Amino acid sequence: MTIVEAFKHLNDAYGINLSIVYDPFDRERFVHGFLMTLLLSIVSMALSIVIGLVGAWLLGGRSRLLKGATTGFVEAFRNTPPLIQLLFFFFAVSPFLPGAVNSAGQVTPLIGGVGWAIISLSLYAGALNVEIFRSGLEAVPSATREAAESLGYTRLQAFRHVVFPLAFRISLSALNNNMVNLIKTTTLAYAIGVPELLYASAAIWSESLNVREMMLVMLATYLLLIAGYTGIMNRVERALRMPGTDV
Amino acid sequence: MDHHKLGAPIIVIKGVEKRFGETVVLREIDMVVHRGETVCIIGPSGSGKSTLLRCINALAPINKGSILVDGVEVNDPKLDKLAVRRKVGIVFQQYNLFPHKTALQNVMMAPVTVLKQDPREVEARARALLKRVRLEDKAGSYPGELSGGQQQRVAIARSLAMNPLVILFDEVTAALDPETKKEVLVTIRELAADGMTCILVTHEMAFAREIADTVYFTDGGVIVESGPPSQIFQAPQNPRTRAFLDLVL
Repeated sequence: MTIVEAFKHLNDAYGINLSIVYDPFDRERFVHGFLMTLLLSIVSMALSIVIGLVGAWLLGGRSRLLKGATTGFVEAFRNTPPLIQLLFFFFAVSPFLPGAVNSAGQVTPLIGGVGWAIISLSLYAGALNVEIFRSGLEAVPSATREAAESLGYTRLQAFRHVVFPLAFRISLSALNNNMVNLIKTTTLAYAIGVPELLYASAAIWSESLNVREMMLVMLATYLLLIAGYTGIMNRVERALRMPGTDV
Repeated sequence: MDHHKLGAPIIVIKGVEKRFGETVVLREIDMVVHRGETVCIIGPSGSGKSTLLRCINALAPINKGSILVDGVEVNDPKLDKLAVRRKVGIVFQQYNLFPHKTALQNVMMAPVTVLKQDPREVEARARALLKRVRLEDKAGSYPGELSGGQQQRVAIARSLAMNPLVILFDEVTAALDPETKKEVLVTIRELAADGMTCILVTHEMAFAREIADTVYFTDGGVIVESGPPSQIFQAPQNPRTRAFLDLVL
């Protein structure tokens, strides 16, 4: 008996319907959903880290205007529900943008659901990353930066070779928490019809009528996805460990 | 003073005043340090000793006067601070090593990053410097794995790697226990004997007396008295110097 037959039998004999294993159509939808979740997670993580770094840099800068703008951004995105942010971008901002004309001559939105999900998730997680990196930078003793400057480092060199590597290590555990949260938050993209894991699973269970099974599959998939991320980050943390310190 | 071993003036300080807000920390400071000279600055806490070192290294700007380091005016708004800092090394009380790098990397980083020297050549020099401070077997250790005295000697090697003309020592043994203190003092003594120009802010009176060519006594932001250690420690001219030494000796 092949695996496919085994799972068909599981359904026929016991009513446990794991259609994503034996049904090629459901399987493909599920795999695509998983890959979309992966894409949303990885791209949003990368962008949110860039946003966090730029924001933390601006907060430490001299321009009052930029500092104020950054603080406003952080407060706005940290203190409103991410689902509303996403809906706001998709339904309130998107219609005001000029459309693009496709090869068939139709006007389509310049940024689609996937694009808005990435933008929205990146800004949400990025706002939290600004705070995470800022507190990391503040935790680097000024004497350490001064030691670098006394050795002739420029401010930028001191930042790159001394302050940032230390701040990053200090920030790492808070950053990981936020990134795990971001992976889980990608499910919100369901609300604007992005075919990620939750969306694909919902499509499967409403046709194959296997809600309970798909719920368990989804939970297990997220558990494994986040376990994978945590596993990688544990290795990074080990590699960056500074012997003889708590960090 | 062993005038025979002293060279040309390398640091010339004239009429320096330094304020923090309304508080004057240094006033009318004059000091000349010659190549190869060992200068010790002593005095009560809060008398501005450490601030003076920070001014020489352009870590703290001065409000009045002039500091010439090897002919470069430190009190110049257009000053290239890096140019001064490459001539003047500083070793801090709290070592301030980079905790994410090994002892060897700590010594190598600045020459490679700042002076853009060839890492292989720098590594050979860094290993020689670690040997000089008797830490060749700790090259791969991280600062967190070293004792205070070992960290301080790495900090001295790190400073030496930049080939400075002068090294400033800011109470470098103040945070150390008596045993490790000795290791660091031995290292500084050797440096001074090798002809390195050294300015030390210190509370180690016996050590100052032994290695200094010139001792400056500061109190309340002014230089009260200066001279060879024989004068300062045995025949102080100023009653404030005498009162201070009576307290600490």
